[in-house]
Formats: sequence, structure tokens, C-alpha cells
Amino acid sequence: MSRYLLDKFLYTIDRDPELVERYRADPAGTVEWWERERANQVLNCHVGENSTWLKFDDAERAALVAHDYVKLYEMGAHPFLTLTLFIAMYERDFAEPLGFQLEYAQKLSAWRDKPYPDITT
Amino acid sequence: MATIAAVIASTHHPFYYKASTSTGDQRPPFAEEWVRKVEAFRDTLTRANPDVLVLVGSDHFHQLWLDNMPQFLVGNAPHYDANWYNEEREFGLPRFFMNGQQDLSWHILRGGIDRGFDLAFSNELRLDHSVTCPIITLRPQNDLPVVPIYTNIFAPPLPQPKRFVELGRMIRELVESWPSDLRVAIIGTGHLSLELGGPRQFGPHGPDPEFDAKAVEWIATSDVERALAEVSLESLWTPGNATHGFMDFMLMMGVAGEGVKADYVDTYDLFHTMEAYFTWYPEVTP
Repeated sequence: MSRYLLDKFLYTIDRDPELVERYRADPAGTVEWWERERANQVLNCHVGENSTWLKFDDAERAALVAHDYVKLYEMGAHPFLTLTLFIAMYERDFAEPLGFQLEYAQKLSAWRDKPYPDITT
Repeated sequence: MATIAAVIASTHHPFYYKASTSTGDQRPPFAEEWVRKVEAFRDTLTRANPDVLVLVGSDHFHQLWLDNMPQFLVGNAPHYDANWYNEEREFGLPRFFMNGQQDLSWHILRGGIDRGFDLAFSNELRLDHSVTCPIITLRPQNDLPVVPIYTNIFAPPLPQPKRFVELGRMIRELVESWPSDLRVAIIGTGHLSLELGGPRQFGPHGPDPEFDAKAVEWIATSDVERALAEVSLESLWTPGNATHGFMDFMLMMGVAGEGVKADYVDTYDLFHTMEAYFTWYPEVTP
């Protein structure tokens, strides 16, 4: 389990307009590239000082590649990060205001009366 | 010493800017009443005639990140840029430039640390909508220098609710002990019940209207004792997964003072979350 790394992916993609579009258009390629090139980059450090130990497990990688925000929720990815990035990628496809946000809530409805997944990192 | 001209606690709804500036078919039906309420709230700050704003909010994973997460942080810079690409993208928020009141930042940092609050600081802080929403609603001319203070209500482990109250009390004491003739308004924004990225998000009301009614009563009467008795880090999950932002309201209750009733209270029941606006005037009327 690497909730921190899931959050780091969502955070670093969401804050970069080019990466948002790239992840929308090519999720598999973006996840593969990001894990190879960016997962171990300490955000305020020179790339020569990268970490050496961060990687996704298979289920995490698959959820990101599938744009599966329900699975990300269940895994304890930070819900604010997931919501913000997925609104950026999908709100444009819905004609009604809040159409995507309401579908998102509906897809999570099985969790409505259950405790929230652990989001600690 | 400085005068506290007003203490203001508010929700920060990032959609207000878009709702209030949209026209024609784009203008939502709830916009007129919302604008009316916000403008009435704005008058409560204007009337206080402030020179400086202390702005309490919470960075929404913009500059503060999990590799280096402070619990309480004071901006200590001469200037601040504000609002981020993803806030322009999602909420249509404009970018801002604000001046800092750096001598007050330093006074709060030095004084806070000396009183046992080991505050973090930032010499280069880009602010987000938790502190720019109240500029949009309360001081749209954006003409006053500011001291931003960020709290962690997002990334566990969070500080306990009582620490937010204690920090609020201390901010009040430190502003009152600032050697200055200026008038300071202390403005903090938080949330009532709120769900983001969960099954109860974006409903016709906030996810827990019962909590909201209690919370508004606690804030309006600054009932710190009751709020602390009923609220814990665990209990705040029940009203919705982003309700830990209520602790910023608890901080403002600490600023306002135990049991001090707000001079102005208003609420507006909207989709997604309830808006709530509170103003205290600490100056004693002669």
C-alpha cells in the first residue's frame, strides 16, 4: 500500500495543465511515464537527489490506468485530490451543471452508510 | 497597541465569484439572494474601518504538501500572489496580488513561539481560495495588507480541536499586544458539514443539516465549551468527510472569546453546503 504515492500522483498531475490533458488522453502511458520519471522525485529538490524506494503496487497502478475513482476512494486516496483532478478531466463531458459531480456521488453510493476509508499517509 | 476592529468568521464557497459575476442564462437562480447576503456581510467589515487583515484559512494541497506538512503556518512575506491554476480551472477565480503586513507576521511568529506555539513560517507563500474567498466577498477592492495564517484541516494527523481554539485565543492576544496604532480585522474561514469526493457530495443541502444548525448556534454564541464537548477529530467525520474545516470556525471562536455573542449572524442554505457569516465587534461601546 502506498497511499502517499497515489496522492503524489494525483497532486502532481492536477497542478499541471499539460499533465491533466495527457492523463485524460493516455492514462496508461502517463502512469507508466510518471512512475518511471516522477514517482521518486522529491518535489523541491534537484533530480540528482531523488528517492529510491517509491512504487505503486499492481492494484494501485491498475486503478490509475483505469481512471477508476471508485477504486481510488476505496484505497484511501485523498478524496479532495481525486475529486479535483477528475472534475478537471470529466466535467467537460457533461451538459448539466454538476452532472459529473452527481454521477461521481452516485457511483460511490455503496459507501454511503459505511465508514470512510482510511486516508492517513 | 493595535485595535481589533472586527472578528469575522465565514464559510468560503469558491463558487460565489462565478455565481455573482455570471449573467443571463448562466446566472443561477440562487445568485441574487446570495449576493444580497454577502453585500450585507461585507458592510460589517467596511463599518469596522480596518487597516490590516489577518486571514486564517487552510491551504487545499496547493503549496503545502505531504512531504513537508506544517500544522499551523504564518505567512511572513512583504507580498503574496494568490489563487492557483486549478482554482481558475474549476471555479473561475481570478489571480490576485496582495501586500503583506510583515511586522505583524513577525510579531505573531515570535510571540507565538515564545508562548509555546511552535508556528511554522513561509517567506514565499502563494495563497489559495480559503483566504481569497473572503477578499472577494468582504473586501473586493483588495486594498489592505494582510497576514495569512494556515491551519492543517486536510492531512492527518491533524491537531486536536482544542488547539485550534487555543491558537485563536493566542492570535487575539498577540494582535492586541502589537505595538501599532492600526486597526486589525481578524477573518477566518472554514466549513460547516461538507463532503468532497465522497458519496454525500453536492446534495441539495449540506450533508448534515442537523450538525449545521448546532454549529451555527455554537459559533453565534461562541460556545467554546459545548463545541469542544461535542466535537472531536473522530466525530467530525460523521457530518461529512471535509467537515474538519469546522475547526477553523473553532479557532475563530477562540479569537472572539468564550461566550461572546456575535453581533451579526446570517446563513444561506445552498446546494452542497450551508453558508454562514458571523461578525463580532470587540471594541467596547463607550
